[in-house]
Amino acid sequence: MKSFNYVITDEVGIHARPAGQLVQAVKALTSKVTIEANGKSAEATKLMMVMALGAKKGTEVTVKVEGADEDADVVKVEEFFKANF
Amino acid sequence: MLQVKGKGIGKGVAIGRIFFYDKGDQQVNRTSISDTAAELARFEEAKAKAQEQLGRLYEKALEDVGEENAAIFEVHQMMLDDDDYLDSIKDIINNEKLCAEYAVATTGENFAEMFANMEDDYFKARSADVKDISERVVRILSGASEISDLTEPVILVAEDLAPSETVQFDKSKLLAFVTHLGSANSHTAILARMMNLPAVIGIDIDPAWNGKQAIVDGYTGTVTIEPDDELMKEMLAVKQKDEERRNLLQQLKGKPTISKSGKKIRLYANIGGVKDTGAALDNDAEGVGLFRSEFLYLESEDFPSEDTQFEAYKTVAQNMGDKQVVIRTLDLGADKQVDYFDLGHEDNPAMGYRAIRICLDRPEIFRTQLRAIFRASAYGNLAIMFPMIISLDEVLQCKKYIEEVKEELKAEGIPYKDDVEIGIMIETPAAAVISETLAKEVDFFSIGTNDLTQYTLAIDRQNAKLENINDSHHPAVLELIRMTIENGHKGGAWVGICGELAADTSLTKTFLDFGVDELSVSPSFILPVRDAVINAE
Repeated sequence: MKSFNYVITDEVGIHARPAGQLVQAVKALTSKVTIEANGKSAEATKLMMVMALGAKKGTEVTVKVEGADEDADVVKVEEFFKANF
Repeated sequence: MLQVKGKGIGKGVAIGRIFFYDKGDQQVNRTSISDTAAELARFEEAKAKAQEQLGRLYEKALEDVGEENAAIFEVHQMMLDDDDYLDSIKDIINNEKLCAEYAVATTGENFAEMFANMEDDYFKARSADVKDISERVVRILSGASEISDLTEPVILVAEDLAPSETVQFDKSKLLAFVTHLGSANSHTAILARMMNLPAVIGIDIDPAWNGKQAIVDGYTGTVTIEPDDELMKEMLAVKQKDEERRNLLQQLKGKPTISKSGKKIRLYANIGGVKDTGAALDNDAEGVGLFRSEFLYLESEDFPSEDTQFEAYKTVAQNMGDKQVVIRTLDLGADKQVDYFDLGHEDNPAMGYRAIRICLDRPEIFRTQLRAIFRASAYGNLAIMFPMIISLDEVLQCKKYIEEVKEELKAEGIPYKDDVEIGIMIETPAAAVISETLAKEVDFFSIGTNDLTQYTLAIDRQNAKLENINDSHHPAVLELIRMTIENGHKGGAWVGICGELAADTSLTKTFLDFGVDELSVSPSFILPVRDAVINAE
């Protein structure tokens, strides 16, 4: 399992549109990706649950990536967070 | 053949099929089923259809209102594909053996509840999105007709239409409006005039009319369901006469708007969005006298950003070239409500928290709009005007914000025009009475006759029961208009009229005698008003 921490810098937080793009991006990976924030946890392929984390600007999230390709996938997911959230 | 009488609003005659638009609460029954596989298939089919509709709405919105505002439909598509949402629906069908409508409605309510309970306003608002997608699927399941499914243009019949609904309609698919509620000054009426469509209000509508052939006569306010051949022939003749008159008016394009005695006025267009500039130019508008900026707020899920607004204002400025474009700042509240403003319920909204009152109370909203307008001023001939003014102090406050915004832009090195004309709407009796004082502070007045009439006569313009005494030619209203024009000129301001009355050709001569400088009307009225000016002494 690989993981990274990230502090949300986007004004609105993990909002609907990029969250949807995240879901699509993660579905293309083989790893299982889990996001933890505000004491809650959500699988990154589940849009409504990801939004229900309520991650806003300044919220610290922990992202866990698990699977055969986790080394490559964690890099992709981290890049996505930096570019979108 | 069935004939019903109401009040004709938009002039003209339309012949076509009726589309009964029923937005009413959907009754979802908790019906047990036995064939779960068939019910799942029904759901999958409805879901696919909903996805297809959303895809089309996205494309249409992209074209009409731009990427940022269209994104909501893309989000809806993604939400409708959410695993948990779908699992919950399938569970209810499979395990509880209940119908798909109930499964979708219940799941939608549960997820909406989850978002509604969140702390942050942004996430709270997503509750409406979940409801929206669920309602869409339920509508499809129950076989209700969707306006986005239309292939031929129709006569739209509805209980009433809200501004937020009308913006969704594809205007090329509409022949006429028929509503039960609404008054001559309601949004349905304004929209009908804007689109140059016949409309009849105050009709006892019947869902059974859906799909039937009908004639809407905006001149007499008559709606005929399944007309006989004789009436059809008669109405086709009326339509043809209208066509001939339209062609005659086309010859007035490019001609100056000048009366027989040599009084020249500027004939401008009222527009409600970027896409109306086409109609304004087609009808030979000499400028835009009222650009209603509310559409940016009404079509949006959240406060439109400075950049979104800037793009819209810039596009209109560029489309109109060197012709003047008067942007009216945000005029929400009263009968135009937007959820995210959270304005709350008011017992008397027309006299309540609206327009400039909101702007001066919530300067962050006002500043964003002013910055967007001034940034766009570098790309054309823009002017700005403020609605619902009642005092000198409000005008001075507005001017102070303008100065601050200009200073900011200058400090940031962003180009803007320094000599943007500043004006105010005269639509309260208070403003009309003190117009001599106000004129010294502004470049122009624009008289908003709809509200001025409503406030002068103390008649709620949305109240259909008062229609018979709502006399916009009332001598008190006309006197306030005359006085405002005279006082404007004394203080060095030019004076225009941008309310519905500006298009009333029975008053064109009167307004010319008062010395009006500009008339701003719906694009479709430009040529008829030019005709009236040219033929006036």
